[in-house]
Amino acid sequence: MTSSTLLALEAVGISFGGLQAVKKVSFQVQEGQIKALIGPNGAGKTTLFNLITGMLRPDHGEIRFQEQAIQGLPPFRIADRGISRTFQIVQLFGHMTVVENVMVGRHLRTRAGLLAAALRLPWSRREEAAIRSQSLAWLDFVGLQDRADDYAANLPLGHQRLLEIARALATEPKLLLLDEPAAGLDMTETERLKELIFAIRARGISVLLVEHDMSLTMEVADEIVVLDHGELLAEGPPRDIQRHPAVIAAYLGRDWEKE
Amino acid sequence: MARYQRWLQAGVFYLLVALSGSLLPGTYYVTLLNLIGLHIIIVLGLNLLMGYAGQISLGHAAFFGLGAYTSGILTATYKVDPLLALLAGLLLSTLVAVIVGIPALKLKGYYLAMATLGFGIIVAIAFQQMDWLTGGPSGFMGIPPFRFLGWRFQTPAAKFFLVWALVGLILFLSLNIVDSRIGRALRAIHDSETAALAMGVDAQRLKLLIFVVSALYASLAGSLLAHTVNFIAPSSFGFMFSIKLVTMVVVGGMASIWGSLLGAAVLTVLPELLAVFHDLEVVIFGLILMVVMIFLPRGLVRGLLDLWELRRRKKQGR
Repeated sequence: MTSSTLLALEAVGISFGGLQAVKKVSFQVQEGQIKALIGPNGAGKTTLFNLITGMLRPDHGEIRFQEQAIQGLPPFRIADRGISRTFQIVQLFGHMTVVENVMVGRHLRTRAGLLAAALRLPWSRREEAAIRSQSLAWLDFVGLQDRADDYAANLPLGHQRLLEIARALATEPKLLLLDEPAAGLDMTETERLKELIFAIRARGISVLLVEHDMSLTMEVADEIVVLDHGELLAEGPPRDIQRHPAVIAAYLGRDWEKE
Repeated sequence: MARYQRWLQAGVFYLLVALSGSLLPGTYYVTLLNLIGLHIIIVLGLNLLMGYAGQISLGHAAFFGLGAYTSGILTATYKVDPLLALLAGLLLSTLVAVIVGIPALKLKGYYLAMATLGFGIIVAIAFQQMDWLTGGPSGFMGIPPFRFLGWRFQTPAAKFFLVWALVGLILFLSLNIVDSRIGRALRAIHDSETAALAMGVDAQRLKLLIFVVSALYASLAGSLLAHTVNFIAPSSFGFMFSIKLVTMVVVGGMASIWGSLLGAAVLTVLPELLAVFHDLEVVIFGLILMVVMIFLPRGLVRGLLDLWELRRRKKQGR
C-alpha cells in the first residue's frame, strides 16, 4: 500500500498533578491503515485519544493531522478537520432516538442556522430531509436500521456501541478513533464488529482503536502500538508484537494467557 | 404526520384562546389572558434554554424588565415610536445577554444558577435605584399604548389581539427551532456535552445563542407588558419572578413546548383563584407545587398523558 501520513504524534506528553500520564509518545497513522493501541489499564490509551481529539491539550509535543498542527484546538474544530471518535464509556444522547443521534453527527456537514430553522425556510427543510436519509443510511451500514425510532438509552450495550460508530461516521471522518469497541460484546457481536471495521477501512477511513480483546486486535490491526505507564513500549505488525519480549513481560504475559 | 398533528393542536389551542377571549365577560379576564400570553412568551424561551439546552437561568426576570423599562421610558419620556422602542429593548437585551452569557455559560449547574441569580438581583436593584430614569420603587407611569402601522392597541380586546398574535409567532418559531438541526444540537449538549463536542457541535456558541434567544423572548414580553398595563414597577422584575418563571417551565414540563403553555397558564391563574384564601394563598400555592412535582415529576403535560395511558392500559387489561 502506498501510503501517506494522516496523523502524526511527536513527543506528546501530558501530566495530571504529579502523574505523567503520557510521556513523549510518538507514532503515526497512515492513510487507510488500521492501527491499534494496546496496553494495561492506566497505560494512557484513553488519555491519548483525548489528546488527539482536543478534549485535552498536551503539555508538550506536537500532533499533526494532514500535516497541520491540531494540538490545542477545541474538539469541535478537530472533528471538523476529520477526526471522529467513540467512547469507552458510551456517551450517547439518551433522550434522543437512534436516528436523531446519528443526525447530530451530520451537524458539522450541514448549515441550517437558527434563523433558517426558526422560519422553516425551504432549503433548510430540504437539508433536514437529506440529514435524515443520510443518517438512516449510516444506520443501515452498521445494521441498526430496525431500531431507528427507539430511544438510544433503551438499546442493549452492543447496539449502543454500533450506534456510536454510526454517529461518528456521519461526521465524514478521515480518521475514526474507536475506544474499546468490543467491550461488553458477545462473540457474534465481536465478529460483526470485525467485519464492520474492515468495511469502514474499505470506505477509505483510517481507524485507530484501543482494544483489550487481543484476538480481535491481532486480526484487524495492520500495526500495533504498545503503551505502558504512558510510554511507548513497542510498535510494529501484530506478529512482531506477539513475540516482543518487553511486551510479553509488561502486558501480554498476563492478559494474553487468560484468553 | 407528527408535524400536521402539531399544527392541528396549535389550531385547536388558538380557537380555545380566541373563544375565551371573546366570551369571557369584562376586562378582568382579558387582562388575565394577556398576562398568561406574556408569561407564555418568556417561558417558551426559558424552556428552550433549560429544557432543551439544559442550562438554568435564575435571572430571566431581568430581561423581562429590560424590555419593559426600555419600552416604557423611551415611549413615555422620550416619545419614541413604540415599535422602535421595542426593537431598542431587544437590542439592549441582546447586548446584556451576550455580556452576561459569555462568562456565565462557562459555568455549569449550581454555579450557573448562582451567576444568573446574581445578575438578576443586580438588574432589579438598578431598576429601583435609578429613580431619575425608572421612577424608582414607586414605579413608572403613563406608558402609551402600542402603535403599529396606524393601529393603536388601546382597548383590552386590541391588546388581547396584539399579545396573542405574538404568542402565535413565538410558538411557531419555537416549534420550528426545537425540530431542527439547532434544536437537535441543543438536546445533544443537554445529554452529553462531551459527545456533542466530539461530533463537532460548538457547544459554547450554541448555548450563548439560545441564551440570547431566550433573553429576546423575555424582552419582547416585557415591552408588551409595558404597553398593555401602562404601568410598571421594579417588584415585577425581581428574584421572585425569576423563580416563578423557572417553576412554570418545570411544572409544565422540561423540553415540552405544550408544557410551557400549560405551565405558564396554570401558574398565572392559580394565585388568582387562591386569592380567596387570603393569607393562606402562598401556603396552598406551595402545597400544590409540591404535589405536582411529587406525582408528576415530568411536568403536567407528560404527567397527565402518562396517567391517561395508564388508565387506558388498565381498562384493556380487564
